[in-house]
Amino acid sequence: MSAAAAPVRPRRNRFLAGARLLLGSPPALFAALVLVGVVLVALFDDQVAPSGANDVDVQQRLQPPGAGHWFGTDDLGRDVLSRVVLGAKVSLQVGVVAVGFSLVCGVLVGLFAGFYGRWLDTALMRLMDVLFAFPAMLLAIAVIAILGPGTTNAMIAIGITYTPVFARVTRAAVLGVRESVFVRASRSVGASDPRLLFRHVLPNALPPIIVQTSVSLAFAVLAEAALSFVGLGTQPPAPSWGRMLAEGRGYVDLAWWIAVFPGLAIVVLVLAFNLLGDGLRDVLDPQQRSALEAARARSGRRRRRTPGRTS
Amino acid sequence: MNGSGAQVRGVQQVRDPQDVLVRARGLQVHFPVRSTGLRRRRTGAVRAVDGVDLDVRRGEVLGLVGESGCGKSTLGNALLRLVEPTGGSVEFDGTDVTALDRRALRALRRRAVMVFQDPYASLDPRLTVGQTIAEPLQVHGLHPGAAARAARVAQLLELVGVDPAAASRYPHEFSGGQRQRVGIARALAGEPDFVVCDEAIASLDVSVQAQVLNLLRSLQRRLGLTLLFVSHDLAAVRHLSDRIAVMYLGRVVEVADAAELSRSPQHPYTQALLSAVPLPSPELERARERIVLTGDVPSAARVPSGCRFRTRCRHAFAPCPEVDPALQDVGGGHTAACHLHGVVGLEDPRAVRT
Repeated sequence: MSAAAAPVRPRRNRFLAGARLLLGSPPALFAALVLVGVVLVALFDDQVAPSGANDVDVQQRLQPPGAGHWFGTDDLGRDVLSRVVLGAKVSLQVGVVAVGFSLVCGVLVGLFAGFYGRWLDTALMRLMDVLFAFPAMLLAIAVIAILGPGTTNAMIAIGITYTPVFARVTRAAVLGVRESVFVRASRSVGASDPRLLFRHVLPNALPPIIVQTSVSLAFAVLAEAALSFVGLGTQPPAPSWGRMLAEGRGYVDLAWWIAVFPGLAIVVLVLAFNLLGDGLRDVLDPQQRSALEAARARSGRRRRRTPGRTS
Repeated sequence: MNGSGAQVRGVQQVRDPQDVLVRARGLQVHFPVRSTGLRRRRTGAVRAVDGVDLDVRRGEVLGLVGESGCGKSTLGNALLRLVEPTGGSVEFDGTDVTALDRRALRALRRRAVMVFQDPYASLDPRLTVGQTIAEPLQVHGLHPGAAARAARVAQLLELVGVDPAAASRYPHEFSGGQRQRVGIARALAGEPDFVVCDEAIASLDVSVQAQVLNLLRSLQRRLGLTLLFVSHDLAAVRHLSDRIAVMYLGRVVEVADAAELSRSPQHPYTQALLSAVPLPSPELERARERIVLTGDVPSAARVPSGCRFRTRCRHAFAPCPEVDPALQDVGGGHTAACHLHGVVGLEDPRAVRT
């Protein structure tokens, strides 16, 4: 059989091969580099930031970007670069924790609702609809009104807000997978429900969930910024991109850099999450993946051959 | 002691032709038809399987033929309780399958398995074929330990004619025929007694169909399997089967040895079905008399009263709308459900209206 001719991939290398494939596409590589950069900056923010977040220097108020302050200074003479650097941790933390919360809750709800159907589906999804019926920000504000403002409560609020999104995406994907013949085939050899759910249904329902995760991470970063913007998230004087936008708003005509640099930071992080999500989706789909692999192999061979021909 | 033990074993190996492994009696699978709107009242039923009596004998290949939509796949699924029967009984090796609890059902899933029609859809694209084949082993705790399982998977792949080194590859790297071989390997992993092949060759290329057919046949002989071969392809069924059951609109209407059925079909529907099969000899082919049925198959939601074939039968006469024909012996273990062989069956209460 032809299988003998082709080399058999060792299983250990599948993750590595996937990572290599993912990073082979320029947008995903860019996204990964940005995210690694942001994570490193967030981890070592004390070392990276040129000064403290709240080092007020009244002599240096509203300085434009320049050699002394790369991103300029704000109305209190605080270094904008330092505050953007120190704010990265808050944004990442809120994004990851809030999305992690809604991911776990939403995927479980969607998985059970979609797989078992009937009354469980109706009950769970109506509950999600109730959450979904509120505008996301309004719901988050309501949660914060109950719990009180602050970074932790913002995470909980955002997490609750995005749970129905994950539940819906998961349920829709599960409904498609549930009826597939390979699920019936597994059942026909005696596989239990947990096995069907977590070994067959969930992995096959994963691509849209992964894409949703990256999009939600982006939205969570935005939501944290928005909550902080209206004063319900991170409290002053702690640095937060959303707060900085809010504070810089009043000076836009006078000192654009106070609002623009934290705004750019949000845009870059959100973009990176989205691009990474797209790249992951391509690599996680086995059929897409082998098509990608084939394309890569072809272009790689061409690239290698070309210099030989010119010499 | 030893001698007599061997003797007993010897006696057991002689196959009793009447030894029934799977016995269905009055088996029904009705799917409810509900009205649209809020109340979703039950307004009727699609009678996919409607009172089937069928015996599958130990070690035989029983072919099950019929048109699309006649309920043959549903019947195969109901025998394995992959679809819940709504009435009647199924006995597997003496135990009532319809009454099994969760544990006992799982034990049945090792002994009675299915090979599915579409080999592109029946393998999980995210698992390697090795993982797919190992699933029954894990589920039933057979060959415990990763090394033992891998060895068994390799053995199974070899059994179905796929290179064992391919265990670490994904389904999309295989051709349709190879995938179906993998599907067969999965089915055989738990050393089952009974295999339902649900249109197992229908979605394969014609050139590959014969290979898979021959593989099934040789496996059946080597492993002593009991096979229910569900297909609309009469030629394939005749090639493979010891006996053939013909199904029409949710009911088995004729059962006979494969050769006997081809030689002298007794039910008018079987006669029509057989007359549609092309013959391999041009002379015979020119002389072939075709019985062309008029009309369409009635909807399984509106089964005609009495004999369900009467609306398309050229021999229909007085008792046909009145009495629902039962399978009756027409000689030599050949059974047919037709009043031409004597009016046998229950009077249909709906007949008064027609």
